Amino acid sequence: MPAPIRLRELIRTIRTARTQAEEREMIQKECAAIRSSFREEDNTYRCRNVAKLLYMHMLGYPAHFGQLECLKLIASQKFTDKRIGYLGAMLLLDERQDVHLLMTNCIKNDLNHSTQYVQGLSLCTLGCMGSSEMCRDLAGEVEKLLKTSNSYLRKKAALCAVHVIRKVPELMEMFLPATKNLLSEKNHGEILHTSVVLLTEMCERSPDMLSHFRKLVPQLVRILKNLIMSGYSPEHDVSGISDPFLQVRILRLLRILGKGDDDSSEAMNDILAQVATNTETSKNVGNAILYETVLTIMDIKSESGLRVLAINILGRFLLNNDKNIRYVALTSLLKTVQTDHNAVQRHRSTIVDCLKDLDVSIKRRAMELSFALVNGNNIRGMMKELLYFLDSCDPDFKADCASGIFLAAEKYAPSKRWHIDTVMRVLTTAGSYVRDDSVPNLIQLITNSVEMHAYTVQRLYKALLDDISQQPLVQVASWCIGEYGDLLVSGQCEEEEPIQVDALEDEVLDVLEGLLVSNLSTPVTRAYSLTAIMKLSTRFSSVNRIKKVVSIYGSSIDVELQQRAVEYNANDLLDLLGGNDVVPVIQTTVPTKPASAGGELLDLLGDLSLTGIPPMTAYNKNGLKIEFTFERSNPSPNIAVITIHATNSTEADMTEFVFQAAVPKTFQLQLLSPSSNVVPALNQGSVTQVIRVLNPQKQQLRMRIKLTYTHKGSPVQDLAEVNNFPPQSWQ
Amino acid sequence: MIKAILIFNNHGKPRLIRFYQYFAEDMQQQIIRETFHLVSKRDDNVCNFLEGGSLIGGSDYKLIYRHYATLYFVFCVDSSESELGILDLIQVFVETLDKCFENVCELDLIFHMDKVHYILQEVVMGGMVLETNMNEIVAQVELQNRMEKSEVNQVI
Repeated sequence: MPAPIRLRELIRTIRTARTQAEEREMIQKECAAIRSSFREEDNTYRCRNVAKLLYMHMLGYPAHFGQLECLKLIASQKFTDKRIGYLGAMLLLDERQDVHLLMTNCIKNDLNHSTQYVQGLSLCTLGCMGSSEMCRDLAGEVEKLLKTSNSYLRKKAALCAVHVIRKVPELMEMFLPATKNLLSEKNHGEILHTSVVLLTEMCERSPDMLSHFRKLVPQLVRILKNLIMSGYSPEHDVSGISDPFLQVRILRLLRILGKGDDDSSEAMNDILAQVATNTETSKNVGNAILYETVLTIMDIKSESGLRVLAINILGRFLLNNDKNIRYVALTSLLKTVQTDHNAVQRHRSTIVDCLKDLDVSIKRRAMELSFALVNGNNIRGMMKELLYFLDSCDPDFKADCASGIFLAAEKYAPSKRWHIDTVMRVLTTAGSYVRDDSVPNLIQLITNSVEMHAYTVQRLYKALLDDISQQPLVQVASWCIGEYGDLLVSGQCEEEEPIQVDALEDEVLDVLEGLLVSNLSTPVTRAYSLTAIMKLSTRFSSVNRIKKVVSIYGSSIDVELQQRAVEYNANDLLDLLGGNDVVPVIQTTVPTKPASAGGELLDLLGDLSLTGIPPMTAYNKNGLKIEFTFERSNPSPNIAVITIHATNSTEADMTEFVFQAAVPKTFQLQLLSPSSNVVPALNQGSVTQVIRVLNPQKQQLRMRIKLTYTHKGSPVQDLAEVNNFPPQSWQ
Repeated sequence: MIKAILIFNNHGKPRLIRFYQYFAEDMQQQIIRETFHLVSKRDDNVCNFLEGGSLIGGSDYKLIYRHYATLYFVFCVDSSESELGILDLIQVFVETLDKCFENVCELDLIFHMDKVHYILQEVVMGGMVLETNMNEIVAQVELQNRMEKSEVNQVI
């Protein structure tokens, strides 16, 4: 049996493969050879085979059949075997495989091995992938090694201890005695470094440990001072700075110890000021230290002068040519903007400039920071920059940017017109990226800006003429046209410079119908435009055209559209006089803000009296009371707008509440979406819903209603006739 | 904590893969591909920090990378690591490789994957920084190599 090929031979062979298939074939061939070699229990070449297996594993090929072999290597006496065996264990095994527990004994023995490198290997492996059971078993050995004078082992033991503590936090106490001498003067850089890491881990995990270790602050300050003051030390220094990694670690530990503690913070103020002012910033290492210092200053209870110094350092970083420095500066400013808002505001223009940076990561940070800095004073200027940014930024940013702009506009808008203009700008620029909930929110905003209705609908109409591809824009525009179409065609405008919009009824209907048939429109958009068309039947005079459009969609494939059309026409309504018992299905869907906005508005207007028609109780049974309030819809006197108010006086909520209505053939009925489908108990609120009844023949209004809901877990259903309509509501 | 260290070339071929947190094998390969995809489309004049890809933990983690000739060195870290510090660490690691292999190039990494792991082991242990002194690292690695050589003709 020839010796298995060497690792580099395998690598050379694999590199000659010209296709993935060829490579796979070579790998499979070699795996087969390795497998039979394993089966023969070949001790001599086991290490070679495992090494090859690890190489193939890196390329993405399965290597689990080598797991046990790694264990055999670990148990071998040879250093070569152990070295590759432990590496294999770390790469191929983890605590999910039961096999890993077999390592425990080997590791235990190797922790006590006579050769420090073997001890080192076992410490490394335990510290990488030791399971909780293993850590429990071997914590004692690790603790022993933490106290050894061998610095090579001590530093590894420190990091291994960190892993043990992470796996089995209860064992933390055990390492406490060993920490006593960790920061002693005798220790050199390497040990100090990992010791600080261990101390940091303990402080982060346990508030008790944190208080206990606060007494180390003076020692840490002293070590840091020595590092700064010490002369050129070729061993540890990088670019002329002494052991920058250790400095950073110490600064981080100081941060944890000083946070929230006055005494500790005071003890470190001087050294922080010293590092902040004296550190060389021409090389990256200096900046790493400076950056860490700034973070520490910001986190502890430092004097205000020191804080301002820190923020100014960050401000300087923002102007640095090195992009990495700019990036970390923005990140830190983002963290401090809440607590030191004014200090950060001073650097606002620099931050805004970063919006134009080419680097995506920097742009994102700058955007987040810009939003954090917007306030009532700078809203106009900031919004200009942010809208410009929205225009030109990557698609990844647009959704977040749009949301941020909406939020900022809502909080700080200097005027309603500015607010609406801003919103419109976002919709036209990034309309396809705004979040779904922006549409109802915007509709709410527009509804509430009563004095801007004409202006808004004219602007939106104009935008529609230009572009119908951005769905949120189209939806809001459709809704507005449906609501304020009369203001659109009348051409009046509250603003001094009216928008030049010549909109005739037919043109408007053309546009809305165009949306219905366009490929660009989503089903939701179509629903909006159909609803708008229907609403316009009460505002426009071209009712016949509207009825025609709506009846087309009565047989539309789109169920939503069909439903709405049917509701409107109500052609298959029950003939009350005929006496059929089947109540027509006039289901309404769970509320969406736009349709009910009208209903809510009416609700806001309160019970009655705007029109002088008294309200009436239509139904009152089993704790459910339904009141009708009336409004004449101008300018069509043939339409009665009834709002139902359903209240519940029982102690349990009425859920899944659905109100249905049928009217005689000579009437037409339209039911808008209800405000909700839960009638809260004990009259704590009401469900409202708007009914529009078209009564061209001015006949006496009668209605049959059907109520369904769930009460205390059981379904309830009831039918009732409503005949007591006041004459004014239908005459 | 360092979650993973990946070295791959300009075509995405892995040269060294070290995860300090458990991932299933196929997930490891996916992460390599995703990381390569994210890092390779970066310009040369942008910063060296990226949000982590979704597979490796998303925005909770950062990718800190350096591009040397034909190789990308990528460290995936969590928020407890200093970004600028890790950049320095990558530099230290690369300079150490340079010392150990004498003007290191990609071929060295290709043919001595095991040795690169051993060097890395002296720099990072369990996802934490162990040693940053280049000379110290090189010395330790040398001594261990010598131990290997002194054993009977056992060549991997």
